[in-house]
Amino acid sequence: MPKKLKSKTQKARRTRQETKPQSLTPNLQFMGTGLSSDDLKKGKVCTTYWIGDTKYAWDRGIAIGKYLEGMKHGKILGVECHKCGRKMVPPRIFCEWCFKPIDNWIELFDTGTVNTFSLCYVTWDMQRVKNPIIPAVIEIDGASKGMGIMHLLGEIDPKKVHIGMKVKAVWKSEKEREGAITDIKYWKPVK
Amino acid sequence: MGNRVAIVGAGMTKFVRRAQETGKELCYEAAKMALDSCDMNLDQIDAVALGTAPDTFDGVHMKGEYLSDGAGAFGKPYMRSYVGGGTGVFSVAQGWYHIASGLMDTCLVICEEKMSSYRPHPQGAFLTIFDHTTERPLKPNLLWIFALEMNRYMSTYGLRKEDIALVAVKNKNNALDHPCAQIAKAVTVKDILNSEVLAWPVQRLDVSPVSDGAVALILTNETIARRVTNKPVWIEGVGWSLETSYWTNRDLCYPRYVEEAARMAYKMAGVTCPRQQIHVAEPYDPFDYKELHHMEGLMLCGKGEAPQMTVDGITQRDGELPVCPSGGLLGVGNPIAAAGLMKVAELFWQLRGEAGKRQIARKPKRGVAQAWGDLMQVGTVVVVGI
Amino acid sequence: MAMKERLTKADEAKPWYGELPVESLYTAGIAGEKFFRSIQEKGVFLGSKCHKCNMVYVPPKIYCEQDFEKLEDYVEVADCGSLESFTCVHIGLDGKRLLEPMIVGLINLDGASTSIVHMLGETTVEELCMGMRVCAVFKPKNKREGAITDILYFKPTKQ
Ligand SMILES: [Zn+2]
Ligand SMILES: [Zn+2]
Repeated sequence: MPKKLKSKTQKARRTRQETKPQSLTPNLQFMGTGLSSDDLKKGKVCTTYWIGDTKYAWDRGIAIGKYLEGMKHGKILGVECHKCGRKMVPPRIFCEWCFKPIDNWIELFDTGTVNTFSLCYVTWDMQRVKNPIIPAVIEIDGASKGMGIMHLLGEIDPKKVHIGMKVKAVWKSEKEREGAITDIKYWKPVK
Repeated sequence: MGNRVAIVGAGMTKFVRRAQETGKELCYEAAKMALDSCDMNLDQIDAVALGTAPDTFDGVHMKGEYLSDGAGAFGKPYMRSYVGGGTGVFSVAQGWYHIASGLMDTCLVICEEKMSSYRPHPQGAFLTIFDHTTERPLKPNLLWIFALEMNRYMSTYGLRKEDIALVAVKNKNNALDHPCAQIAKAVTVKDILNSEVLAWPVQRLDVSPVSDGAVALILTNETIARRVTNKPVWIEGVGWSLETSYWTNRDLCYPRYVEEAARMAYKMAGVTCPRQQIHVAEPYDPFDYKELHHMEGLMLCGKGEAPQMTVDGITQRDGELPVCPSGGLLGVGNPIAAAGLMKVAELFWQLRGEAGKRQIARKPKRGVAQAWGDLMQVGTVVVVGI
Repeated sequence: MAMKERLTKADEAKPWYGELPVESLYTAGIAGEKFFRSIQEKGVFLGSKCHKCNMVYVPPKIYCEQDFEKLEDYVEVADCGSLESFTCVHIGLDGKRLLEPMIVGLINLDGASTSIVHMLGETTVEELCMGMRVCAVFKPKNKREGAITDILYFKPTKQ
């Protein structure tokens, strides 16, 4: 339960503080012409609209390629560096701390712990959604502490999500899996 | 640590949701104002350091090249730096090493952002900060990353939203005295708690607005500084540092990268006890909890102690350590790179006693400005003093 | 681990396909507003004049990029000028061959210190030569919207 912070002074609870001007400000004139969205809609100013055609084919790379291949088989793969002892996920072909190639590929569990989460009510273009999307950072069992991935939570009442909660991956059926992060539909609480 | 470098002039445009001016025109207005403020002209500028965030906002690829004429770069050594939201404060470091190295005598530092060009909402420009293969298929939006970090911060220290909201109340109220402020509106904790939930725990009024604007500073070496002004503000330290880009592998509760950047800048500035030796702070505040996060990273208080300091009123303009007296990003606005540079401009005006209604009561001798960015992993810090 | 020179399994090559939503609405700006409104309403090109170095910028700027003077003197320039350079474009943005090649020119309007880029029409590449006179052909007034496309193209003037 969060604690209520008590104030010694009440200063911060004031809505508006009055300060007398302490100095002579040089007579500064600031430029900049603000427009309202109405100004644009009504064509008050000249504008040009442009829609970019931006299609990409991103290579998955060596490490992520293998990671996603694992997903296809219902497995979460990580890598290990013997020098610093870290078991890392998402996998990479080099340890960025030791700056040397990784030593081992390891299979991790498809369970984990919620490190943090959010209840999100808007999409990227700020459209509202009714039922919140629940993104979370999930620390994967079998990897070093703090090694998490971003994914979604499901099959849970948003009010009941909490940090430290144990969760398990809900996989798509073997037939549907294509070697993508979305081969895991979401993570649900472990009973 | 190299030649002494002073800030001798500053200029900025108003921060607005949508500017009629083009990005070039915003740059010109800020740069011209900065030059005029110290009676200098473009001929006296040796080099130009430009900072601006993703090209996608303005919708102009190679924004550095596009903005160059408005930035006064015609026929001069010119380079754009870009470290996401950390750009504004970093650009001062870039200007600093131009002069500290002895390579240049003067440098115009300028930052611009025109976020309104992006349709339908500038958030879209941030989509590619997520990994294209392992994260973007989950259809993330930028708010997630902040909400996840804020939740982690709140739960680690057992904080309530009411107490964090005090930061937004303070900054938005401070902004009432800033002539360039976009959101000049008095708000209460209640307003913030009642505002629309975007991605819990982040609500509408916890967030800074998207903005258009530009800010410029004039940097010179000591000889020229003494000639053009009797109130130079010295750049005493600069620092920057980067954390791993595997953001889900990181401690989301504490910005170690800010601490590392601060240590670098403090060491250069001879600051050994920040809480005592820093008189005014402008940490990066795109979200209210970020100010708290960054005060801790800047070692202005212990880990998890920034909320109590805020509740105690220490960070108010008339408190012992005023934090974001400008009104910050939450109040003045958040044209990414320009917002960071606005913080350094604020310190410049505060230290010279020229901040008008925003002038803090105690006469400050030293201040720190900080920005943060990329995928929540870069810290940029500048310490200035008189 | 040595660098992998070739993929050994076909499915390793699978890329991840995606798009970036990129849509922009650009304002013409302070000087651009004057420039386009003048074309829209009067069919007249405006430039801005620097009294320090005598440059006349077309399209106009609110500042002189050489000496940073604030420019407030908007002057009319001609809608005819000389062809500084031209090219004939056969390939479109999608990399495919255009059905109709496009002729693009760099035009220095009389009275302007700078050139603008636009299409050339009512002509063929064979007819064109450097330094030849070209004039703007505007859309009918009621079709103009305050944009660079209010000018249909430039065409050579018969001499
Ligand atoms: Zn290692
Ligand atoms: Zn001139």
